Amino acid sequence: MSLHAQDDPQLRRAQEERLRAVWAPPKGWLRRWSDSNNNAVGPWYTSTAFVFMLFAGVLALIMRAQLAVPENDLVSANTFNQLFTLHGSAMMFLFAVPMFEAVSIILLPQLLGARDLPFPRLSAFGYWSFLIGGVFVLGSIFFNAAPDGGWFMYPPLTTRTDLSGLGADIWMLGLSFIEVSSVAAAVELIVGVLKCRPPGMRLNLMPLYAWYILVVAVMILFAFPPLIAGDLLFEMERLLDWPFFDASRGGDPLLWQHLFWIFGHPEVYVIFLPSIALFAMLIPTFAQRHLLGYPYIVLAAVGTAFLSFGLWVHHMFATGLPKISLAFFSAASQAVVIPTGIQIFAFIATLAAGRVIFSTPLLYATGSLAIFVIGGLTGVMVAIVPFDWQAHDTYFVVAHLHYVLIGGTLMPLFAGLYYYWPLVTGKQLSDRIGRTAFWILFAGANLAFFPMHLSGLMGMPRRVFTYPAELGLQGLNMASTIGAFLFAGGVLLIVIDLLRSPWRPLSPRNPWNAGTLEWLATPSGEPWGVRSIPLIESRYPIWDQPDFVRKVDEGRFFLPDAEEGRRESLITSVLDAKPVAVMRLPTPSFVPMATAAALGGVFILTTYHLYWLALAAAVLTLALVLTWLWRTAEIPEKPCKPIGHGIDLPLYVAGPLAPGWWAMFITMMADATAFSGLVFGYYFFWTVHPSFPPPGMTGPGVFWPMAALALMVLGWAATLAARETNRRGAVMAARLLLALSALAGLASIPAGLAGPWLSHLDPTLHSYPAIVWTLTAWTVAHAGVGVIGQLYALARSLARRATPTHDADIRNVTLYQHFLLFTALVAWATLGLFPEVA
Amino acid sequence: MTSRRGRLAIVFWAMAMGGCNRHQSVFASFGEEAADINHITLVMVAGGILVAAGVAGLMAWAVRARPGALSLRGGERLILIAGGLIPALVLAALLVFSLPYMRPRAVAPANLRIDVAGEQFWWRVAYRPADGPAVVSANEIRIPVGRTVLFRLAGGDVVHSFWIPGLAGKMDMIPGRTNELPVRATRAGRFRGQCTEFCGLSHALMAFDVVAMPAEAFDRWLVEQRRPAVASTAPGAALFLQHGCGGCHAIRGTAAAGTIGPDFTHLAARATIGAGTLPNTEAARLRFLREPAAVKPGARMPAYPQLPETEARAIARYLGTLP
Repeated sequence: MSLHAQDDPQLRRAQEERLRAVWAPPKGWLRRWSDSNNNAVGPWYTSTAFVFMLFAGVLALIMRAQLAVPENDLVSANTFNQLFTLHGSAMMFLFAVPMFEAVSIILLPQLLGARDLPFPRLSAFGYWSFLIGGVFVLGSIFFNAAPDGGWFMYPPLTTRTDLSGLGADIWMLGLSFIEVSSVAAAVELIVGVLKCRPPGMRLNLMPLYAWYILVVAVMILFAFPPLIAGDLLFEMERLLDWPFFDASRGGDPLLWQHLFWIFGHPEVYVIFLPSIALFAMLIPTFAQRHLLGYPYIVLAAVGTAFLSFGLWVHHMFATGLPKISLAFFSAASQAVVIPTGIQIFAFIATLAAGRVIFSTPLLYATGSLAIFVIGGLTGVMVAIVPFDWQAHDTYFVVAHLHYVLIGGTLMPLFAGLYYYWPLVTGKQLSDRIGRTAFWILFAGANLAFFPMHLSGLMGMPRRVFTYPAELGLQGLNMASTIGAFLFAGGVLLIVIDLLRSPWRPLSPRNPWNAGTLEWLATPSGEPWGVRSIPLIESRYPIWDQPDFVRKVDEGRFFLPDAEEGRRESLITSVLDAKPVAVMRLPTPSFVPMATAAALGGVFILTTYHLYWLALAAAVLTLALVLTWLWRTAEIPEKPCKPIGHGIDLPLYVAGPLAPGWWAMFITMMADATAFSGLVFGYYFFWTVHPSFPPPGMTGPGVFWPMAALALMVLGWAATLAARETNRRGAVMAARLLLALSALAGLASIPAGLAGPWLSHLDPTLHSYPAIVWTLTAWTVAHAGVGVIGQLYALARSLARRATPTHDADIRNVTLYQHFLLFTALVAWATLGLFPEVA
Repeated sequence: MTSRRGRLAIVFWAMAMGGCNRHQSVFASFGEEAADINHITLVMVAGGILVAAGVAGLMAWAVRARPGALSLRGGERLILIAGGLIPALVLAALLVFSLPYMRPRAVAPANLRIDVAGEQFWWRVAYRPADGPAVVSANEIRIPVGRTVLFRLAGGDVVHSFWIPGLAGKMDMIPGRTNELPVRATRAGRFRGQCTEFCGLSHALMAFDVVAMPAEAFDRWLVEQRRPAVASTAPGAALFLQHGCGGCHAIRGTAAAGTIGPDFTHLAARATIGAGTLPNTEAARLRFLREPAAVKPGARMPAYPQLPETEARAIARYLGTLP
């Protein structure tokens, strides 16, 4: 196909027909839910997170009604504790983080001129997991069974089964399930940014939103796993009585606090940075110029991400840690102001340098920055250790965090809502309603939360269901309650505006005259994403590249057709976005939904101690995952296809060129981080005990851990050899080696378990045997997954779905084995050798 | 380290904001630690207002500025100086200013130790003077003015946090650990503290009275506290033992020696009962005894529905005779 061929309108129409047919969403009241395209999953995800936010907001209104007057008895202590636990947990886990991922699922392919994300079915799986988990957790409040231990769930209050009930399990298992879906979405987004950019879009030409997606998704990848590790220990204590947090049996409640806040503080930036990212998209549009200081912003975002992992102790200033470490974390907490300042001043400088069009989205953006700045300043105050000793766990902190989250997450999202609504729906929202709502929100937020600074310093702790009249806090609390309801009124107004929008006329294309790629979308909404995948030469191609929109629309760039009737998009190289391959994307399917339901079953059934059913659900999940993989990966009917401009690209790539390899790599990074959380637990116990392992307590010995290590090394080496022999064409030898590797992996499981088993380590006696068993179980379970992978690769080879030239399966399995080797080395050396030298 | 003017400014600020709470507020400080922190607060609030106003002003200017008011070079300079350099300098100065305030007060071996342990939802207190036997009490803390006192804080059942806003910052009470909090009171009076780490159903109702006394009066009081409870022939005294109250509560000098619940040896001298929940009146004691779950949800205290009203009243009256 030559460029001039695109001059022929008939050809263009034929191409459009084919593209439309290929990308048509499934129809019918049931089939439509099998969709996996980002244009469907993204809006489902966004609306679900929005509804969860409204639900959590109503919980807050009930709390504010209870606290309006002192010694109120509108709700009981029991209900109130469920309300604040669920309000915080839902806003964090069911709104802020998923909302970022949901919006990114909608926007990312548009921003990158891609037709979809690299793993559409993974997005669908993430969405259904989110929906099931969210309904499970939120629904519990209607049965008076909601978690009531605070969103931070500090043990031993929450681990002692005589002090806490089903709610704690619902929190741990329900939210763990959602964390899995969050990590899945993070994997998807990282691979999307790295591998699915349009040709020419080098890293330094990426729209800033994509940069922020990359940074934030990487943060999710490293922040959530420590919490998942903590959740694991937590449930082991609750369900099996393994005393990780029980001080009377060698545990320590502080271990949970560390693991929780190693997650919890990066989490704050995980939900704040995407809002900055929205600003970075809309401020250049309304200043009608490029954003000033692009490299500084990127560096600041990366710097914030780094620093955010070094701040967690500022949630623990009052736990009695050594003063020297408090000083360090105080300094680090203040240092994070600097990259934040850089980002804010880049926006101010851009506005000053440009020709400002003061639209509704910009009103929300500037208003939320003003609120955020106040939250940031009180953040500096609580980062000062002595001040925090007074303010910590009082309403001052409630005020601080709500200023940060309303100014740094909620209001920016409303700015994004007014900005991007025409992009997603083709309709514009009402300026009049939007501006009215803004002022109500602005007044409500300040009236609700400013007085809390004072009520906190005047002696009002957090999480109290009532307060005595003698504290003299009634005036401040009444003001907060009125402000909260006012704020809710503003949100209601926005909801009304959203509900009215289907009856509004279509907006013009690119109504704000923006310069970035996502505004190629047409108001009538073609299903294919972009007509042709453009060549990018600027950060604002619509402004800077001549005739850009017309060329895209006439299919003058890449992949303007779907000749084979397949959904396709481009894979490019990580750094400089050179086209590498054409990626065949899967079609709608119910498998992701079924897998989510089965995995949800594992978590939900475990909550109710239905272990056999949970095991059955786990087996079903595994079967579904294998079916999913088996059917998705295929050998193409021809090796290459032309994408236009005389470029021929392969239809199959493996190893680091392929998105699948990256997904495995990224997932295993998260897995290794969770494992590090468990290892941290082991050495944490070592630091808090004068001697660890405790005297008189035997360990797993040296022999069995070393035997398990040797077998795992053998399994790794055999897998590696299988990959190499297969690549050279010796298929039979490769199969034998895979069988050998599976056998070695299988044998390593009893060898690993033999250590603690034969030494009669009872995990309920003390934290030492408990953590030994945990590390052992983690490692052998990973060996088990490794065996499944090896057998899968073997089966693929036998079924001739994997060949010497199409070897993605075995390459991914080898990559898994590399990580398994790391896990095995650390775990078995810690368990077998450390007691000898400690 | 506290300037007189600073303290005055804070008091005026608090009064202006409608605060009339003189018992449990950082603005009503009666300890050196709290006063020092107020000093930092004042500096930071003043600085914060300046910064917020500056940023808001700059933002308003940026939105209104004529196009091209800022060149590319000027813009980058603005980003680096206003966004990076100035915050870095201000924060470094703030950190250096705040570090000395983190240093805990020196404690001498002769100083009074007070062990406090948090329980759901009350406070176990033991005074350990250097020169005499320990004195066990509950839900009320008395300290001498002008002398250093070292609180040793432990978590009994779950994590709690010990906060007397007028005296000093808070410190967590964590099972398996003992944290130390040295303080010094500067004026006498009756104050209030409260648990600030969520600890379960009645977390909101876990407070305590704090009495700062002139040093000599405190010494006399502590000596007085060592004596056992007065022998009583009141009918309530026998009923107290008969109904097994002594299984959880101790009244020194009687057969009641339980340690599961608060010590009652000198209960009548305390201003409140139920860890700052109700005034220490006979009617309130009766109510707590009859329906503890209504007064304090989740409290370990069992209800005694089978206890006749008259007998319950006798016990409540007896507890009021333990000065």
